[in-house]
Amino acid sequence: MSAGTLGTSLAGLPSDGARALLETVRELSQEDLTWLSGYAAGIAAGRATSRGAAARSISATALATPPVASEPAADAPVTVVYGTHSGTSRGLGERLAQRLTAAGANVRLLRASDYPTRELAKEKTLVLIVATHGDGDPADDTRALYEFVLGRRAPKLPGLKFAVLGLGDSSYPKFCHVARQLDERLAELGAQRLQARGECDVDVETVAAPWLEQAASALSSSSPAPAAPTGAPARDAVVIPLRGAPPAPPLATRAQPAVASVLANQPITARDAGKRVVHLELAVDEAAVPYQTGDALAVWPHNPGWLVDEVLSSLGLRADEPVTRDGRELPLSRWLTCELELTKLSRSLLAAVAERTGSAELAAVLQPGAEGALRELLARDQVVDVLQRHAPGWSAAELVAGLRPLAPRSYSISSSPLAFPGEAHLTVAHVAYRNARGQRRAGSGSDYLARAALGDGARVFLEPNPGFRLPAPDVDVLMVGPGTGVAPFRAFVQEREVTGATGKNWLFFGEQHRRSQFLYQLEWQEAVKRGSLHRIDLAFSRDQAEKVYVQHRLLQRGRDVYAWLDGGAHFYLCGDAKRMAPDVEAALIAIAVEHGGRDEEGAREWLAELRAQGRYHRDVY
Amino acid sequence: MSEPSTAQVSAVERIKAASRLLRGTIVESLADELTGGLRADDQPLLKFHGSYQQDDRDLREERRQQKLEPAYDFMIRTRLPGGVCTPAQWLALDAIAGTFSNGTLRLTTRQAFQVHGVVKQDLKPTMAAINAARMDTIAACGDVNRNVLCNPNPVASALHEQVYPWAVKLSEHLLPRTNAYYEIWLDQEKVAGGEDEPIYGPTYLPRKFKAAIAIPPINDVDVYAHCLGFIAIAEGDRLVGFNVTVGGGMGATHGDATTHPRLADEIGFCTPEQLLAVAEQVVCIQRDFGNRVERKHARLKYTIEHRGLPWFVEELTRRLGYALAPARPIAFEHNGDRYGWSKGSDGRWHVTLHVESGRVFDQPAQPAAPQLLTGLRELARVHRGDFRLTPNQNVIVAGIADEDRPQIEALLARHGLDGFRTRTPVHLNALACVALPTCALAMAEAERYLPRLVKRVEELLGRHGLRDERLHVRVTGCPNGCARPYLAEIALVGKGPGRYNLMLGGDHVGHRLARLYRENVDEGELLAALDSVLAGFARARAPGEAFGDYVVRSVTA
Ligand code: SRM
Ligand SMILES: Cc1cc2nc3c(=O)[nH]c(=O)nc-3n(C[C@H](O)[C@H](O)[C@H](O)COP(=O)(O)OP(=O)(O)OC[C@H]3O[C@@H](n4cnc5c(N)ncnc54)[C@H](O)[C@@H]3O)c2cc1C
Ligand SMILES: Cc1cc2nc3c(=O)[nH]c(=O)nc-3n(C[C@H](O)[C@H](O)[C@H](O)COP(=O)(O)O)c2cc1C
Ligand code: SF4
Repeated sequence: MSAGTLGTSLAGLPSDGARALLETVRELSQEDLTWLSGYAAGIAAGRATSRGAAARSISATALATPPVASEPAADAPVTVVYGTHSGTSRGLGERLAQRLTAAGANVRLLRASDYPTRELAKEKTLVLIVATHGDGDPADDTRALYEFVLGRRAPKLPGLKFAVLGLGDSSYPKFCHVARQLDERLAELGAQRLQARGECDVDVETVAAPWLEQAASALSSSSPAPAAPTGAPARDAVVIPLRGAPPAPPLATRAQPAVASVLANQPITARDAGKRVVHLELAVDEAAVPYQTGDALAVWPHNPGWLVDEVLSSLGLRADEPVTRDGRELPLSRWLTCELELTKLSRSLLAAVAERTGSAELAAVLQPGAEGALRELLARDQVVDVLQRHAPGWSAAELVAGLRPLAPRSYSISSSPLAFPGEAHLTVAHVAYRNARGQRRAGSGSDYLARAALGDGARVFLEPNPGFRLPAPDVDVLMVGPGTGVAPFRAFVQEREVTGATGKNWLFFGEQHRRSQFLYQLEWQEAVKRGSLHRIDLAFSRDQAEKVYVQHRLLQRGRDVYAWLDGGAHFYLCGDAKRMAPDVEAALIAIAVEHGGRDEEGAREWLAELRAQGRYHRDVY
Repeated sequence: MSEPSTAQVSAVERIKAASRLLRGTIVESLADELTGGLRADDQPLLKFHGSYQQDDRDLREERRQQKLEPAYDFMIRTRLPGGVCTPAQWLALDAIAGTFSNGTLRLTTRQAFQVHGVVKQDLKPTMAAINAARMDTIAACGDVNRNVLCNPNPVASALHEQVYPWAVKLSEHLLPRTNAYYEIWLDQEKVAGGEDEPIYGPTYLPRKFKAAIAIPPINDVDVYAHCLGFIAIAEGDRLVGFNVTVGGGMGATHGDATTHPRLADEIGFCTPEQLLAVAEQVVCIQRDFGNRVERKHARLKYTIEHRGLPWFVEELTRRLGYALAPARPIAFEHNGDRYGWSKGSDGRWHVTLHVESGRVFDQPAQPAAPQLLTGLRELARVHRGDFRLTPNQNVIVAGIADEDRPQIEALLARHGLDGFRTRTPVHLNALACVALPTCALAMAEAERYLPRLVKRVEELLGRHGLRDERLHVRVTGCPNGCARPYLAEIALVGKGPGRYNLMLGGDHVGHRLARLYRENVDEGELLAALDSVLAGFARARAPGEAFGDYVVRSVTA
């Protein structure tokens, strides 16, 4: 029964196959049914986008379901990749590519730094020509590919045929070390070696010439293998062994979060940046966290150990003392680490402490009319500071009863699910500082994520952001995202590239210093080079005498900004809610006045109209 | 050699040809805020203006993982014929070091200043500040004549006044004529057409060109290591002319036997009035016959080797319209610097200071350590003579009146500028190129490794009773040879991180090439090898025999 006929038959007389399937469906449990609907929707979505470009592959669920077959690759090219420092490997790569093209083979020649590692899983034939440098290290341009292939995220490669030619110098202790590692690792991942590895010494030609000859004849004579990968069934047979299948993880929720394991945790500000932003890559099950570009991921944090210890020692309490709250008994340290808020101060916490301690000072701050003092206290202190000053004598029970429950923290997802299926990336500003008394303080969520180690599991759930979706593919987008506000726009540009969207993309980014805080600089440079980012304007506030922010750049580009918006572009704003958002809105108003020929009032109406048409999107925090 | 078709010439040749006399798109590159660097094609052009794009290689890999581009910044090198500058110019460069660069000045093996770490947005202000001090950086790099060397402290000091002006004239005579430098860096308006390069032509030379003027008996300029050399000939204190040498050069590439250092050949004698014509024609021959297809074989030394010296002399004679007179006999005693006080002309004094690897900086963390930057700034504020940089990366405070000596001496002592008094001969004669972290081509450390290496060599010498032996040790981070290592008695040439080729057998006058003794060895291996050779030297040296001579006489690789 081919999948294609099921749809039409449902509308008309059900064919035998369809009728049998429908009876099976009717007997499903409630849980199986919700799972099946999610699964079917996923295929539908995958089918919609696969017409665009990359087929959406459903990650391995409990069911052995063959991946959705992307179009059979017409004539999968032979990919020749060279990794070089002084150009010798490149010369050999060019020679092999010319030989293969002359023999009619479909070849693409790429420098290692230009090879998109996520395509490795679908690669059919790969020739690697790589030099070893430093002390047995890859050349600079080969590092990313080298780390990917040797790293934990390298996919199994049953469908790949490969050959490796190494360049080196036998007077070095680690001769052709990089070629050896890549050659052995590819075989280890299940790829099929076309010919034995070549190891060129300083007299390159003695090994290179015969090796290239052998590779050229092997690759150009055999026409590329027919599209059907060996082993997997050619047709898209949907096998749903529903009876007895362990239930797939349900949609993760606040109460029942999914566990996302950390694949990467990489600081993306320089060591002298004065502030620390980390880029995290989490493995998330797509059924549990079916996010779309623009959504946020909510994370249940743990308070840092040193902060819990400080609270325990300053109140003279024991970590293992059992305490019960809302019918649950846990050791005190567990309450303070995973269940209760020790950092973010809130009015309700102040009220609870004031009421339990009768502190006049706190009561005064909570009076109406004392909003200024309250705001200042909320910004300056954390919960731990209030406890130390106002509740030094509390018992364990009083402490656990008096504190507020720990809240999850949200982080805009900075990856597109189409570009990174089964992964969610976060861009987190690490809140860590010394308070006025010189004590170490941190933000619970950002510190938890910043110190997360590879393989750690974080409890997460999806926080959809329907008001922050990409428009139709042919519509232009204008994105303003200083600081970590740039996170969703990384996902936007990735998605528009994968789906081949034709709309133009314009990014405004800002931070304090270009050299140390230009978040994802290399990726924006690549995106401009590939034409997936059409304009980028930058504001680094402290690189010159006068402060320059994104709103100043918006005003300088006012004429074009107005032209884009007048032409139907969507405007997106993400990042700091307090200062940046209002300043940017004021800039838009000024632009509408100066370039839209409106008065102040008319400009406000224009912005309101943009909002009404759903072309003005905000994700500010 | 027929004019190579444009398809064959090297990429840099195509970039030069399309650059409208070295303008390229430098202005647009400077304005591009997406990167701290210049566009690829503008980087080779920037060299002609006296600057190299670099990045901190210690941070390169860390930044790649941080998804940040390399920490791009720029080295700027001055043009300073014969290394002579005024106190005011020294103070101007000192101010630049404090505001725009990494807070240090670097004296080079070609008697010039380098500053490192200037970020792109500060390039123009820094160039403008250098020009405000009536210095420039034109042709300090690029495929043109580089800084012209001249012995800054000749034994017959009266000769400096007669020879140094020729270094200045030679440098100015071979300057590119393009107005690009003034438009890009000093905002002078565009010249309305009609610009050309009478000597260099639109694509300048196939490769850098280097000239040096030596004044016997000192060969501090290492005259045989340059494309073109002039060896001053004097009768008493009067300059009568120069012996002419051509075809020297240091650069080589590991594992490529077609590249190698070469000592210049002596081809005759010319009078001072003939100097500029001889130089111009040597440059023109290199312009017309240098290899523009393979930059590794483009230097004049390869042009002469490829076609033979007789062809070169014949071509030079044809272009000059006359043959050079026969070379005069000359004798060099050494190629080091004459440290401490020496008598200048007209009753004034010079003091030559030792600056390890030419790096002028302060060590705030260790107040007792030499504070070269501050010390030389204080000197420049009071000194009424001039400063002369030496080809051995040192500085001479020149033209000190008798009555000013005590004040100068006090400043030397207070800031630790008088290291020359206590350091061993091997330390005083050691040279190291810049290498890491700024040099893009470095394979191993040099400047940052020298202090440790000198200590190790001093220990070895001590063990063999050779502590005060006058040994020439030179280290470079790669085979390009920026500290002229191939002329040293002991040369370490970088091959990989912590690995060097150990070469032995140079002499003290810069007229013998060292030979490979151990290939690709780490510190332990090279010190062990040195230890055994030094032991043999201490035992079997002839009376007064220099180490290099002993090695050539008795040690096979
Ligand atoms: C600063 C200096 C070494 C020092 O410690 O003093 C130096 C430093 C560099 N040299 Fe040099 N060379 C320096 C004297 C030399 C010398 C010695 C001499 O000129 O007497 C040589 C050997 C003589 C010769 O040219 O044959 C030398 C032969 C090279 C070469 C090899 C050229 C060749 O023909 O193969 C390169 C690489 C190139 O040009 O492609 C080079 C390239 C470089 C560069 C600019 C690296 C680059 O191309 O990216 C180095 C900058 C390092 C840094 O971060 O500062 N440098 N370089 C010297 C500056 C001289 C000046 O003020 O103009
Ligand atoms: C939809 C949405 C998307 C978001 N996306 C991102 C994102 O992509 N990246 C990102 O980094 N964040 C993002 N945030 C913000 C994030 O949710 C957290 O608010 C932020 O990480 C801080 O939380 P925390 O748990 O680390 O700090 P908390 O534990 O909440 O502590 C913060 C408290 O510490 C105190 N404090 C902090 N800094 C100082 C200081 N310098 N001096 C004195 N006191 C100080 C203040 O009292 C502050 O209230 C987003 C928020 C929302 C709502
Ligand atoms: C600084 C440096 C370090 C090197 N280290 C090694 C090494 O560790 N092992 C090796 O086999 N070859 C080593 N080599 C030799 C290179 O692999 C060899 O020169 C090769 O031909 C360079 O190829 P490429 O021009 O494509 O970079 C090194 C070369 C250089 C310049
Ligand atoms: S010798 Fe090599 S490493 Fe040293 S400065 Fe010159 S180019 Fe750089």
